Amino acid sequence: MIAEAGLALLWLAASLSLLQLVLGAAALRPGNEPMVGIVRPVAIAQGLLVGLSFLALIWLFLRTDLSVKLVAANSHSLKPWLYKFAGAWGNHEGSMLLWVTVLAVAGAGVALFEKRLRQDTLIATLAAQAVIGLGFYAYILFASNPFERLFPVPVEGNGLNPLLQDPGLAFHPPTLYFGYVGISIAFSFAVGALVTRDVGPAFARAMRPWVLGAWIFLTLGITAGSYWAYYELGWGGWWFWDPVENASLMPWLAATALLHSVTVLATRAGLRAWTIMLAVVAFSMSMIGTFLVRSGILTSVHAFAVDPLRGAFILALLTFYIGGALTLFGLRVRHVKEGSTFELVSREASLVLNNLLLSVILGLVFIGTLYPLITQALGREISVGPPYFNSAIGPIALALAAIMTLGPMLRWRRDELRALSARIAAPALLSAAVLLVVVLLAPGISWLPLLGLAVAPGVAVASLAPLWGRKLRRTPLFTYGMVIAHLGIAVALAGMAADSAFTQETLVAASPGQMIAAGPFNIRFVSAEPVAGPNWTAIEARLEARRGEGAPFPLTPQARLFDSPPTPTSETSIQTLWDGQLYAAIGDGDDQGRWQLRIWWKPFVTLIWAGGALVALGGFLALIGRLRRERRHRPEREAWA
Amino acid sequence: MKPKNQRLVLLALAGVAVVGAVILAMSAMRDQASFFYAPADVARQGLPLDRGVRIGGMVRRGSLHRHPDGVTIDFLVGDETPATIRVTYRGITPDLFREGSGVIAEGRFRPDGAFTASEILAKHDENYMPPELTRRGMHKTDAVH
Repeated sequence: MIAEAGLALLWLAASLSLLQLVLGAAALRPGNEPMVGIVRPVAIAQGLLVGLSFLALIWLFLRTDLSVKLVAANSHSLKPWLYKFAGAWGNHEGSMLLWVTVLAVAGAGVALFEKRLRQDTLIATLAAQAVIGLGFYAYILFASNPFERLFPVPVEGNGLNPLLQDPGLAFHPPTLYFGYVGISIAFSFAVGALVTRDVGPAFARAMRPWVLGAWIFLTLGITAGSYWAYYELGWGGWWFWDPVENASLMPWLAATALLHSVTVLATRAGLRAWTIMLAVVAFSMSMIGTFLVRSGILTSVHAFAVDPLRGAFILALLTFYIGGALTLFGLRVRHVKEGSTFELVSREASLVLNNLLLSVILGLVFIGTLYPLITQALGREISVGPPYFNSAIGPIALALAAIMTLGPMLRWRRDELRALSARIAAPALLSAAVLLVVVLLAPGISWLPLLGLAVAPGVAVASLAPLWGRKLRRTPLFTYGMVIAHLGIAVALAGMAADSAFTQETLVAASPGQMIAAGPFNIRFVSAEPVAGPNWTAIEARLEARRGEGAPFPLTPQARLFDSPPTPTSETSIQTLWDGQLYAAIGDGDDQGRWQLRIWWKPFVTLIWAGGALVALGGFLALIGRLRRERRHRPEREAWA
Repeated sequence: MKPKNQRLVLLALAGVAVVGAVILAMSAMRDQASFFYAPADVARQGLPLDRGVRIGGMVRRGSLHRHPDGVTIDFLVGDETPATIRVTYRGITPDLFREGSGVIAEGRFRPDGAFTASEILAKHDENYMPPELTRRGMHKTDAVH
């Protein structure tokens, strides 16, 4: 029953989405103004219905209703409840339902809360959101129905991929989706504003909080995903330039650029067409990411479906939406006015530079991710890995971090070069001093981490500059937000540079009782014991680590074997200290009673994710600050009739 | 500057950035991208010694040896032809690495024809078959000698 109800709700939501499009399009015609009032409730109802449908799927997973094909294929009655719950989206159909749920809920959010946008633009925005929704409803209903029944009903389910059986599954995919799909709002705003020719500062001020909200989730989702890969995979790395990672990075880069250009549009009425273009590009990157990850053209833990038809379906949707938006852009761009001008030394100019560098990085990631797929289709196998990305992107990212600190120091419209150089003198000196110290104390570090180590402290100090000489109590919250987000970039940069410069790795085959030296630590291999969990058994290495005369602490890496499906995984053990992490993984045993142990000492690696969290926190403060200021300054408007 | 002219300047800048990105990407790609070789390719085309490459195939049954240090292994990678590549790897192998299963390794060839892997790519599926091999019409059963 629940499965049928879920499917019925989904069909209803899809029909409401069609209604939302038709009514919205009709309401935009002159003379049809009375229809305007219906579009908002329809969007809200659509969000509600698809939300209920998603809850129905979660219910089926919690109950392990094996008569549903998806549950039988991906769940198991003996799985811990958290993974039953999160397992609802740990598969292709469920994750697509989550996708469309976030899409519809975001649309409902706009219908509920958006009060600043011109009425006709809002209606056009909701209609555009409905167009996106329709395509993905069709995809789910015709090509990946999550509520399909199975007969005969199996006795037991197949279980969930053990790599996904981690608390990270409950957090990482929904967060990332809120960001990924939340960017659709920016896209729909852009399409709406093109349709009603409403591209201007008021439009930008309305759009900014939505972009900011999606961007915060995207930042959090990427940070969490990176940490998850770091501790789950046991390779000691935190970013692999894997296509699925790039698929989440590309929308983030575009959204970051958009966030900065929308500020120029809101404050100085500049970069109009460019901002619209970025909004289209950002959501296009989300859809390309969905295509890459979900179509099965990549082999990865994220690719659930290996059905060429599904890939073709998403590709068709993607071509339609991106092509449609670009066509609209081409037709309407000459109606978009030129922005106000600015001088070469001005905040606008620095933000243009920020956007150019972010776009170049986006282009490099895009080419590196898609070029191998294209050559593959042409029959030539090449693989593009970390060496390409690091060497091509590293220097530009460092330059971007340095430029990031200039923008907030500059005045809008025009500023003096001499004043600017006085402001950046101290941070620049600090960076030079750090560079000198690192070169003298730790020679032999390759140039990219070395530059990273030097640039990070300068950027950190310079990012605080907007607070210098201001009354801290009277500084607006969004300024704090910007400062903290920029500081977070510096912190993350320091972590990345420290990790690649100073990581020490030890690989040994050791017997219990043996001492292992790993960086500044002495580690005693106490024993290797069998242990068991709710649905797995494991060999656990008991290690005791201490640095110098410090207090010893335990490390217990495991080699697990999950029951259903029977799959070996390795479970790392990580000890976080104030100045870094000690990370241990266990490999195979041999016939002499030895176990392979791989131990990393990673100084200050935690700064990477702390930095990511700071960036998201900064975004959050900026969002609150903007909304509060608007509430205070918004002129009284007539209520919606 | 007139708004119209400034727009043109910005447009030109964006164009320069895009072209710059493509040029940068292509030149980095020429140096850094690694090409895929199956054992048959090496037998046919000779050893690619000048650059890092990726090799892939099936781990031949009975070919896996562990060195006395306990952390170095070597094994033979084969494909549907009689050709094989001897691979040496120092490290912990991925969870699903075993004889008879598909493998992709990244690293360099030595002049004697053996391959030193810097990384064995982990794939998280017991039925995993490197797509590079599937596309050549090779199936899992073919490789189980």
